[in-house]
Amino acid sequence: MNSHSLVAIDDLSRNDILDLLDRARYFEQNPNSRLLDGRVVATLFFEPSTRTRLSFETAVNRLGGRVIGFSDASTSSTSKGETLKDTIKMVSNYADLIVMRHHLEGAAQYATEVTGIPIVNAGDGANQHPSQTLLDLYSILKTQGRLDGLTITMVGDLKYGRTVHSLLMALRFFSPKFNFVSSHELRMPRQYVELCDKLGIEYHEYTDFLPQVIDQSDIIYMTRVQRERFSDIMEYERVKNLYTLRRSMLANAKPSMKILHPLPRVNEIAQDVDDDPRAYYFEQAGNGLFARQAIITNALGIDPLSNERK
Amino acid sequence: MNESKTSLAVAALRGGTVIDHIPSDALFRVAHILGIENMPNAVTIGNNLPSARGDKKGIIKVDGIEFDRPTLNRIAVIAPKATVNIIRDYEVVSKHTVELPSTLMGIVRCPNPKCITNNEPMATRFDVSDPDTPTLRCHYCNHTVAGADAEII
Repeated sequence: MNSHSLVAIDDLSRNDILDLLDRARYFEQNPNSRLLDGRVVATLFFEPSTRTRLSFETAVNRLGGRVIGFSDASTSSTSKGETLKDTIKMVSNYADLIVMRHHLEGAAQYATEVTGIPIVNAGDGANQHPSQTLLDLYSILKTQGRLDGLTITMVGDLKYGRTVHSLLMALRFFSPKFNFVSSHELRMPRQYVELCDKLGIEYHEYTDFLPQVIDQSDIIYMTRVQRERFSDIMEYERVKNLYTLRRSMLANAKPSMKILHPLPRVNEIAQDVDDDPRAYYFEQAGNGLFARQAIITNALGIDPLSNERK
Repeated sequence: MNESKTSLAVAALRGGTVIDHIPSDALFRVAHILGIENMPNAVTIGNNLPSARGDKKGIIKVDGIEFDRPTLNRIAVIAPKATVNIIRDYEVVSKHTVELPSTLMGIVRCPNPKCITNNEPMATRFDVSDPDTPTLRCHYCNHTVAGADAEII
């Protein structure tokens, strides 16, 4: 794999993460620049994802670069049966960087093995979506002023939710305390719980969304509980409203606490929470621009902070 | 009595490879991995033979071929305790157990239908943990499969 690609958040060290977050902070203060002057970035969306694509393309545009690509595989030669390898090799002739989203898991990893230009994974099926995790981390850092020693409560679908798994992996470097709130059927997979045990990370598992858990949290990370995840539909009907956050539940929560959600939200956060100052999920999505500017410049070996570091 | 029969069977090979202690349910998959089906050589296969440990085992003897170690290590996924005897002039000249490589290239199919390796003309790759009861993790999609359950390509 070429060293500047970003395929999975697990591939990053603590220092890598801190460096990317430094960049994100810089870009929030300096969103427009000519850092990518003369560079071409390809956004290859074999699977449509309008929000993620617009965020990446805005990042390139605000850095002064140019964008080529497609937003749907049906408009590319994939629909004629071209292999992923051939598409990647062809586009590598034109672009300095490829940002790609694919419905097949492992597609981005494979792409790094068939080209010499850097690949940024913008989601490969249910597998990895590292720019989401980086924007989550940046949102936490920005609202709490630190990453170390925070109490993070994850709620909802902890079994299939890739965002909570990736966030847990990234936060393992920062001495967190976790609360895992979910039904038994959707609890955190054992491999992650065992990792916490191994690393000495404190965690508690709950099947009830209790006030004392909310009140001690610095971050509440909500996720969507999807009906199709349940083998027993009665179980779904029983638990579907147990993990909904309502404004009345925030009465004694910390004023500095923030509520995050990867979006789209359905009914796991009641509409009345939106007006609470602790609701942060819309600003969180906005931070994705700075996180992606950080990822893109890093992948291209451009250091916006070089002057500040001297 | 059984002991001498087994010894006789091994010694009956003038030169070649004897692979012993193959789990009975893995025997024909081992033969497949080694490509024995398409070989012109004399081959003797025994299965459901009593083993010293009390369970059943399989044995494969191939005349006139000395498989190299990388080839033999490919069977370690499904037969981690297999032993290999190389025979020359009726004598066992070397005896070793198979070793599971830390990376398996192009041997095992990924069980995840949405994995890129099941949708592109490319080799699979798995990282192996815990050699005693191997668990394989797909290098691409991160799905895991127990070695004993692995589907061999």
